Amino acid sequence: MDLINAIILLLNYIFVPALAYGSQLALGAIFVTLIYGILRFANFATGDMMSFGTMFVILFTLYFKSVGISLGVLPTALLAIPFAIILMVGYMLVIDKFVFKYYRTKKSPPVQLAMVSIGVMFVTQAVVRIIIGPSDRRFFDGEKFLIKAGEFKEMTGLNEGLAIKSTQVITIIVTLILVSTLFWFLNKTKTGKSMRAYSDNEDLALLSGIDPKKIVMITWVIAGILATIGGALYGLDKSFKPFTYFNNMLPIFAAAIVGGIGNPFGAFLGGYVIAFSEILLTYAYRKFFMYVLPESMEPDGLVQLLSTDYKFAVSFSILVIVLLYRPSGIFKGKVL
Amino acid sequence: MRKNLNVIAAYSIMMGLIILVGTFQSWNIALSIFNLCLISAVMTMGANIQWGYAGLINFGIMGFTALGGLAAVLISVNPVQEAWSAGGANILFSLFLIIGIVLAVRLVLKKYQKSKIRSYVIAAIIITGIIIIRFVSEPGIEAIEEVNPARTGFLGGLGLPIIFSWIVGAFFAGGLAFIIGKVALGLRADYLAIATLLISEIVIAIIKHEDWLTRGVKNVIGLKRPAPYEVNLQQTDWFINLVEKFNSGKLNLISDLTERQTALNQLVIEGSSVFVKLCYSGLFLVVVIILLILTQKALYSPWGRMMRAIRDNEEAANAMGKNVVKQHLLIFVLGSAIVGIAGAMLVTQDGLFTPGSYRPLRYTFLIWVMVIIGGSGNNFGAILGGFVVWFLWIEAAPIGLYLVNLTTAGLDDTHFLKVHLIESVPYFRFLMMGVGLLVIMRYRPKGILPEKIEIK
Repeated sequence: MDLINAIILLLNYIFVPALAYGSQLALGAIFVTLIYGILRFANFATGDMMSFGTMFVILFTLYFKSVGISLGVLPTALLAIPFAIILMVGYMLVIDKFVFKYYRTKKSPPVQLAMVSIGVMFVTQAVVRIIIGPSDRRFFDGEKFLIKAGEFKEMTGLNEGLAIKSTQVITIIVTLILVSTLFWFLNKTKTGKSMRAYSDNEDLALLSGIDPKKIVMITWVIAGILATIGGALYGLDKSFKPFTYFNNMLPIFAAAIVGGIGNPFGAFLGGYVIAFSEILLTYAYRKFFMYVLPESMEPDGLVQLLSTDYKFAVSFSILVIVLLYRPSGIFKGKVL
Repeated sequence: MRKNLNVIAAYSIMMGLIILVGTFQSWNIALSIFNLCLISAVMTMGANIQWGYAGLINFGIMGFTALGGLAAVLISVNPVQEAWSAGGANILFSLFLIIGIVLAVRLVLKKYQKSKIRSYVIAAIIITGIIIIRFVSEPGIEAIEEVNPARTGFLGGLGLPIIFSWIVGAFFAGGLAFIIGKVALGLRADYLAIATLLISEIVIAIIKHEDWLTRGVKNVIGLKRPAPYEVNLQQTDWFINLVEKFNSGKLNLISDLTERQTALNQLVIEGSSVFVKLCYSGLFLVVVIILLILTQKALYSPWGRMMRAIRDNEEAANAMGKNVVKQHLLIFVLGSAIVGIAGAMLVTQDGLFTPGSYRPLRYTFLIWVMVIIGGSGNNFGAILGGFVVWFLWIEAAPIGLYLVNLTTAGLDDTHFLKVHLIESVPYFRFLMMGVGLLVIMRYRPKGILPEKIEIK
């Protein structure tokens, strides 16, 4: 019985939140990796592009609410996402046309493109803050919990409750659908294959008649979809604040590099690696040991490896270690 | 003279702008902008040494700035005796343990061949060391943080004049840069950027949460000053006489004695804060000029030529027998040390240390915008970038307000669009920086004052 309690405890406080957070990071990390693999630069505007997409989701959600459209138990934001994606992709293509295209055709070094992306970061950040303001926003509606902790306890008769938020389930399901579609697209369709070829060897791809303009456009479209959905899921689960989104860029980068930058599958797993290690290392295991160990051996302290203040620092340390010992990431990167 | 015309013109325009602010807004604002411009100039010089001379990307400027600020605290604050007696021994012992671990790891690295067992041994040493340190330091940290937590709750510093911290800050930042450089400089350019960005976040996390050392988010306020205090100035005779002399024309117009006295008091209060800021400006100017002379000398020395050679073609320089790795490390340490000086100067000027205020946007990316806009590889350009960008950063809000009023002039004052835009005026600075950076990178990729290669 105690063992089951202990497992439920870990499920409730570590596994489920880490899975949801990891999915959100994974989407961002695939976004970073796609840009890196095909357009060949580190995009420092990642966090702000995600907040830009989320801003549209919020605006559409507000509009739908004002005209009385809702999805019942599901959050209205899900309905808003497709419309937001259209605008977001438009924005991406405009940015590409007026900013990135020039450097791409000039074949500038990746460092210069990264610098340019900092300019884009500033502009995007300003636009988001001017349109929607810098404050914290919650735009979740519908049923909040799938399983409530109290109900779970009653149902099973255990001491520990398991609470599953509907946003967590939505996050995981949407991520799985999106990511599997993306992998199917990259591996099975002709366009996807040509994208991979382009990422592997640009010159050879051009020689075999692949249209670079098309590849770049499709990359931005996929990137827009990923950024909007990733941002919206994070905002639904937690809350939307431009500054937090900007900061999220850091664990996202960590996830992308840990997984092997340029490798979407690595980025996908990297998101979970980062999320799980952050939560595993900063969780206080006292209660867990109280269940597992006999009474005489119960620990006095919190049995916490690191204080929660160091949550971000954990993921960055992992990244630094990975960079030093395996710069190409856990899964070999550089190629889609 | 002819060659440097654009430099002189650019700087005169910049000074003219600051003087305009002084005459139209107030001298207080103008001087505080000027002081921060000088500090930014020091930071940009540090970044420029790394990027402009050697082509190294350092996105960890925020971390080095914060370390400089930490140095200011550790040097100038008086030591907290009770805290030292409560937990000082544990902390010192932990410090010895850390040194011991480092030495042990070095020993293992030197003595044994590279093998799997060696890696495991090193990992074991580090992990057991960390566990022991935690057990040793925890009671000490708790005891220190319990000593009068509302006012101190940390070990304090050495109680020396704060100006020493400028040098110590350089050493702190240089030391961190040495460690980072040792492990990360071999990475490719964009990886290095990301790694330094994340390492600087780790540094900030440590500074924020190790309360026993830095007081963390509780901030350290009321640091010593190298300049006189306004309150004291307002009571000293020579200063009042000085203000009287300066404003004699204005004061002589007032015939009533009591009125004259109140006017004089007002002027003395204003004058005192201007005077204090002028003191800071003087100090900062000295630092900027010394650094400028040194960096210029370095740029045109054989060493500077070698750095450019390494930047432009690493392989060729390597083939010529230049030790690229060593030079990269050296320049990374030097540049970061300069940023550390700037961090200490910043805290000195503010008189307070707020770890929560270190954000990458302000302390890393903005500095990079300065370097790129000003002109990388050219010290005068980098300094000018610091001035221009900081000036715009501060004056963006008034300019934005003016533009909003201009464009929405046709709208009613209560029109929602106008109200909304006026509320979001502070964010126009981001827009300005972004657009400025994009425009400069596109149409003048070498910056306002581009790098000139001349053999002297």
